[in-house]
Amino acid sequence: MSAQPALPTAAEEAALARAWSRRPGFWGALAAVDHKVIGRRYIATAFVFLLLGGLAALAMRWQLATPEARWLTPDLYNQLFTTHGTSMMFLFAVPVMEAMGVYLLPLMLGTRNIAFPRLNAFSYWIYLAGGLLLWGSLLIDMAPDVGWFAYVPLAGPQYGAGKRADIWAQMVTFTELAALAVAISIVATVFKQRAPGMALDRMPLFAWAMLVTAFAIILAMPAVMIGSTAMILDRLVGTHFYNPAEGGDVLLWQHLFWFFGHPEVYIIFLPAVGMISTMLPTFCRRPVFGYLPLVLALVGTGILAFGLWVHHMFTTGLPRLGESFFTASSMAIAVPSGLQIFCWLATLWRAEPRPGDLTRTPMLFIIGFFATFILGGMTGVMVAAVPLDTQLHDSYFVVAHFHYVLVGGAVFPLIGALYYWFPKFTGRRLSEARGRWVAGLLILGFNLTFFPMHWLGLAGMPRRVYTYPPEMGWAGVNLFVSASALLLAAGFLLLLVDVALSLRRGAPAGDNPWDAGTLEWATSSPPPPYNFAALPVVRTAAPLWDGNGPLPVATGLATDRREVLLTTVLAASPETREPSPEDSIWPFWAALATTALLIGSIFTPWAVVWGAIPTTAALVAWFWPKTAEEDR
Amino acid sequence: MRAGVALLLLPLAGCTGAQSALDPQGSVAQRLGALFWLFVAVLGLIWLAVLLVLAVALRRRAVSAAPSGERRAGRVVTAATLATALVVAGLTLASYRATHGLSDDAAAPLVVQLRGYQWWWQVTYPGPGGGLVTANEIRLPAGRAARIELSAADVIHSFWVPNLAGKQDMIPGRDNALTLTPLTPGRYRAQCAEFCGLQHAHMALMVVVEPPEDFAAWMAAQRATPAAPADPELAWGRRLLEEKACGACHALRGSRAAGQLGPDLTHLASRDTLAAGMLPMTPGSIAAWIADPQQIKPGNAMPRVELAPDELRALTAYLASLR
Repeated sequence: MSAQPALPTAAEEAALARAWSRRPGFWGALAAVDHKVIGRRYIATAFVFLLLGGLAALAMRWQLATPEARWLTPDLYNQLFTTHGTSMMFLFAVPVMEAMGVYLLPLMLGTRNIAFPRLNAFSYWIYLAGGLLLWGSLLIDMAPDVGWFAYVPLAGPQYGAGKRADIWAQMVTFTELAALAVAISIVATVFKQRAPGMALDRMPLFAWAMLVTAFAIILAMPAVMIGSTAMILDRLVGTHFYNPAEGGDVLLWQHLFWFFGHPEVYIIFLPAVGMISTMLPTFCRRPVFGYLPLVLALVGTGILAFGLWVHHMFTTGLPRLGESFFTASSMAIAVPSGLQIFCWLATLWRAEPRPGDLTRTPMLFIIGFFATFILGGMTGVMVAAVPLDTQLHDSYFVVAHFHYVLVGGAVFPLIGALYYWFPKFTGRRLSEARGRWVAGLLILGFNLTFFPMHWLGLAGMPRRVYTYPPEMGWAGVNLFVSASALLLAAGFLLLLVDVALSLRRGAPAGDNPWDAGTLEWATSSPPPPYNFAALPVVRTAAPLWDGNGPLPVATGLATDRREVLLTTVLAASPETREPSPEDSIWPFWAALATTALLIGSIFTPWAVVWGAIPTTAALVAWFWPKTAEEDR
Repeated sequence: MRAGVALLLLPLAGCTGAQSALDPQGSVAQRLGALFWLFVAVLGLIWLAVLLVLAVALRRRAVSAAPSGERRAGRVVTAATLATALVVAGLTLASYRATHGLSDDAAAPLVVQLRGYQWWWQVTYPGPGGGLVTANEIRLPAGRAARIELSAADVIHSFWVPNLAGKQDMIPGRDNALTLTPLTPGRYRAQCAEFCGLQHAHMALMVVVEPPEDFAAWMAAQRATPAAPADPELAWGRRLLEEKACGACHALRGSRAAGQLGPDLTHLASRDTLAAGMLPMTPGSIAAWIADPQQIKPGNAMPRVELAPDELRALTAYLASLR
């Protein structure tokens, strides 16, 4: 293997296309393991769940627009807010961020497919099943009604009647299983499949962010899976994990849930931070300021994220000394966040943009991120203080706070990233003219909707109420909030229109429409199934900005079968060639069998026994050993 | 954004709501209010400063590529990060100091036991013979510390009377308490702040703060056992209460109704509201509530009891006489 610009011949490219293309037809689609195919499906599905969650929110805002409205029954309202929160957190935010990683990382890192592509395909089917379970249950009036954090005893066997809380708990199992599978693929891809020469300190910051995120997922998700499994056991087979009358503890659930639930926020936020750190240099026409501090901030945030969970429990009566520790750690996370913001400001301050660069649609979303997320961070410092939290907790102030953090901190950068990478996904650009309107409507609509909620919370309005009495004085502001929500919804509608129109009629993008520096722009848009005809070799953090002519490439990988190059963890020196799995229908069947097992277990514990049989059969077929083609 | 700020300031002008953290009338709430505005001032200034730097950075266009510029930027970023750490440390210390003031330290506070049910509040003033039991309304003397002992009968609830103090959860299997000192006589509304099911929105509690002598008079009146009424309609109403299903869940001191599942009815009409803050305490509300509790507060534990119209009238008249 040598680093020289020996470009592959047309015959070799045709062979690569044959080896990496997915099989045609319906079954071929179900068997696909290409990270781009899976990533696209994941992103599209996640946006569908975003729209559904948004519709649920609009229904709630309609109900809250006037006091003592009877448009929604309390039962339906409770199902809607639970489905809204659960869908946004478990079915939209985390999956869409992972999906961006699934699509982009192999391209950014210069490899031909993600590690464990079949596991990745399995993850998508499991995720889809979990999403259908939740939204399907709403259709038949059986949706969970216990809130996205499903506190016991309300979600326990005694007070959570019917199967609603069970559906919630198993939906958690689906989505966490899916998230864990992707996280493992991401860690392996980032560590072992980087292009030759892409040492860790030359890796795009988005890859760093996804790496930290993947580790956070691996460490955080098991807590909630154990917690929700214990909840199902309490409900289904009569254990007493959370029953104080039999020696259980209701606060155990809160600890397990928030040990996952707080890192979850950073699992959503860190990829967005990585997107900003990757997009900003493109428009500033210079490398990001402070690469090393930014990496340290990502890692520091990822670690601190696990020391904050008790700040969701400041009013439960835990010892004040212990709570004070969590105040300190919660406030301390402002330091790495601040550091990142200062590095981005320095990047902008010392930018050398071409005219118009700083007002491109992705930049508008980054500017919106600054105004909105920082305000959410400030209110975050407030709720981190135990004394203030006793007033703000569980009020509309907190609703405002976490929407500022999650929408401002994650959704705005994500939509900016959609405008930025859409050309790579589809080969066509989204409209800049419509993009400005989308950014304007979303940023303005968001702030008009959520800023007044700070006041509502201070004025005493608790969250999760399906209505409020007229004499409370909250009606005017609630009406204003509900009207503003329509503006926000119009922004999302226009985004949908832009995507639909641009898919068919958008301007052709070319390989590198933004003149960006990272590797995903070194291949065609959309990329071929094998990503790169020849593997790029990397010498700097922005390989396309080297100014040394065409990228050097590595040769030596097979062209007639699927192979990826494994490199060393630190320096990314070439190590070995590794076969990459062929398409397979078995991840789909395995996911279907697992789905039957998990949904069956909502109704009878025996489903775990009987469901294990087809699941095992599918896994055996999936992993059936084959002779490597090389050895035939 | 600017419209949002204006919107925040607008309602502040007239914030004398009965349930608002912006109008503190208790010692704890006043300390929290002061801390809140300190945080708002410091953090708001930082937010404005960052946005100002962003605005300038977006407009400015003369950048020297000289490495000295990068070094200077590096120093500024370092300084800003250190400043962030200092501000955060300062706010943490301010928060610690205020934590001590979260609960008043009083030698002999008035003890009130509050127990959360789906979706109402049982109130007990401990004393001889099981103490004084009432529901959905707490009366407190102004200027005296009150220790509110919190428990829950079914699911988690949370006691929050924002004008007087921050909230504290009521958790099955755990005993929590909150000591607060109300300063100004008045009626302060409290509301359950932890989602507790179908009627979480309709679980309110009135906290009535009175001058000490009024409080003493109220306490004496509450301790009294209502005499059997002489008026024939009221007497019939009382009989209905004992003979119909009412007594299975509700207690009325001095009568045969001794149920323990619902709110105590002994001095029902002396309270401000009916059904945990849902309705004003009027004979009309009482009659409407008894006639169809599930229509007014769907999902609550009180069933509809079949009554003839004149029975309903008599029962309502009797309940409305329980002052």
